[in-house]
Amino acid sequence: MSAPERVPVKRTAKLFIGGEFPRSESGRAYEVLSHDGRLLAWAARASRKDLRDAVRAARDAQPGWAGRTPYNRGQILYRVAELMEGRRAQFEAELADAGAPDPRRGVDAAIDRWVWYAGWCDKVHQVLGGTNPVAAPYFNFTIPEPTGVVGIVAPPDQALLGLVSRLAPAIVSGNTAVVIASEPSPLPAVSLAEVLATSDVPGGVVNVLTGFTRELVPWLAGHMDVNAVDVTGVPDDLMPEVEALAAENMKRLHRAPDVDPFSPQAQSPYEITALCEMKTVWHPIGA
Amino acid sequence: MSEIERREDRTPGRRGPWAYSSAPEGREIVRLQDRYDLFVGGRFIEPKSGRYFETINPATEETLAQVAEAGEEDVDLAVRAAREAWEERWRDLPGKERAKYLYRIARALQERSREFAVLETMNNGKPIKESRDVDVPLAAAHFFYYAGWADKIEYAFPGRTPRPLGVAAQITPWNFPLLMCAWKLAPALATGNTAVLKPASTTPLTAFLLAEVIEQAELPPGVVNVIPGPGGRTGEWLARHPDVAKIAFTGSTEIGKILRRSVAGTGKRLTLELGGKAANIVFEDAPLDQAIEGIVNGIFFNQGEVCCAGSRLFVQESVFEVVLDKLKARLDTLRVGDPLDKNTDVGAINSRDQLEKITELVQSGIEEGAEIYQPDCPLPERGFWFRPTLFTNVSQSHRIAREEIFGPVLSILTFRTPEEAVEKANNTPYGLSAGIWTEKGSRILWMAERMKAGVVWANTFNRFDPSSPFGGYKESGFGREGGRHGLEPYLDLDGSGR
Repeated sequence: MSAPERVPVKRTAKLFIGGEFPRSESGRAYEVLSHDGRLLAWAARASRKDLRDAVRAARDAQPGWAGRTPYNRGQILYRVAELMEGRRAQFEAELADAGAPDPRRGVDAAIDRWVWYAGWCDKVHQVLGGTNPVAAPYFNFTIPEPTGVVGIVAPPDQALLGLVSRLAPAIVSGNTAVVIASEPSPLPAVSLAEVLATSDVPGGVVNVLTGFTRELVPWLAGHMDVNAVDVTGVPDDLMPEVEALAAENMKRLHRAPDVDPFSPQAQSPYEITALCEMKTVWHPIGA
Repeated sequence: MSEIERREDRTPGRRGPWAYSSAPEGREIVRLQDRYDLFVGGRFIEPKSGRYFETINPATEETLAQVAEAGEEDVDLAVRAAREAWEERWRDLPGKERAKYLYRIARALQERSREFAVLETMNNGKPIKESRDVDVPLAAAHFFYYAGWADKIEYAFPGRTPRPLGVAAQITPWNFPLLMCAWKLAPALATGNTAVLKPASTTPLTAFLLAEVIEQAELPPGVVNVIPGPGGRTGEWLARHPDVAKIAFTGSTEIGKILRRSVAGTGKRLTLELGGKAANIVFEDAPLDQAIEGIVNGIFFNQGEVCCAGSRLFVQESVFEVVLDKLKARLDTLRVGDPLDKNTDVGAINSRDQLEKITELVQSGIEEGAEIYQPDCPLPERGFWFRPTLFTNVSQSHRIAREEIFGPVLSILTFRTPEEAVEKANNTPYGLSAGIWTEKGSRILWMAERMKAGVVWANTFNRFDPSSPFGGYKESGFGREGGRHGLEPYLDLDGSGR
């Protein structure tokens, strides 16, 4: 008699807030389907309260993350790449389910993007900051600093590379992030959250919400404790509302350059400084 | 009576040990026109709106001139002139040639500096020593600095091929009328954009003198256009015009929010330099006499009508009494009065509206329980004046500690530890500037790191330089003006056209 076929254990796709994996406090979930219509999972459908919890977690984690040395942040982000490499089969399967034409290439590029941005942690200040030769006896320098808490609306397609390309440059400088994952293909983001949770990225630095983009985006854009929003995944028709809401606390809005995400132009130090504040410090020179 | 004698009559009598003879700067160098027309497409033209408004000297309330008000049709003409100049001439002019035009403007500003300084003081009310020593030299320096960038922009953004955006709408405030025109125009023109400039309604005259300089420098017609008018109408039409690619605005946070909402969804690039409520923090080991000068400069420079003014003073508790005594003594020596007098420290408030706003906020301070101190200095009878003012017993929740007053009013609070200073200093929606006074180097850097402010002055305050980026965190706006960073808001770095 042959052994009965083993029943696989399926994963519950949950939110990632403050280093923990809660379900939505609303008790809601939504169906995630593969490109060919198979039910892949029920993903948590985040509520406004979940979003607020995520912003709070991000705010709490921000000073500590920014306070680490750039060398340390660089190593931690490099480790994200290391751990993704070890789980690449899972990411590839998820990208295949999402209908990616070449899942392997997508995972390769996402891992390489982490490595590329990790190296910027201790270089962006030198390349895009500097000293200023003022016409008076003062020492004067300008450095990029993290703006604070950044909301990231991930693009709906390119569920992994699209997300990593927005998230990595945001947190390189010491920002913390609240991510709204791709609505149709949230599972790579959920898996990335699991990678982050087991890497050395402190809890709260990255928070990942799955759910309905149109429902979550206005709450994010209107939240008074969010400093900036990467609007790459915001539908065009929502942009006027998002910009008007952002005006209330002068959120910085930024969008990915409109280029092929696999191309070298898709990554740049300007993606880091777009979510930075330039701080200039003066001090007199005298004996 | 001669002109000078008449002015002396308006100057209140000086008393005590700090009495000075009046030393008025002559105003003969300024040739006022009765009427100023719009500067559009390289010519001074009457407005299609048919409307003119009066501009005055806030120190005397005398009418200086009638100024054309740009209506919707005028805005359209100006933007089209700028667009045409961009497409047909300026965009493709080699950087080294653009540079020479900017150098010409810089030189002309230096050569006519006294004329600019006197006119600025007459129209704005600021002391002549400030317009002469700060506003005008810095304006010239900005043009000179950015002239040098015009043919070197490929070195400013490694790995990128920057391109200009098109027509920049530039809306400037009344507190540094000429200097803000320079901050806006110099980087915009250096990077290959053309400009439509809307100067503030109460202070348009130096913008017209600058237009004259630009005309004499033979810039191609339409590269710079000057169209005054009320922000709510002219400014709004300009910002919303479909051919405007870029908006650079300096003004209040309130108006900045309105402006941003009004162009939401249009894809226009924005730079906003908005309000502030800067903390000026004095530690017990600070060089106190130097700090007193810094505090005074921080809040009474330009009558406190400065977005980065050090309007919240935080003094470490152990030196509070001594700082307060020294500050009061110093306040008693400030010379308030005729802005054209070379001795004057504090000039006139720019407008009746602004004076009313300051008065209302100061009244709220008294009503909320803060303790007021003002020197007993005499004030001229005509014009808009406000005494240098200190408030003690201020709580962080008082309106005078939260709202931007934009006047010569200082709120004094205390702290015990550096951590408390950081907490209190950052407890504001603004984030433009901050000051730190201490002899301890490590503490300066520790504090500077923690200030949520775009500019941190350590053992100094209110310093500006064209090579030094300026701009805010949080609700003080975004984008930087000055330095290499000041080029970026006028360039498309990634080929997106944004």
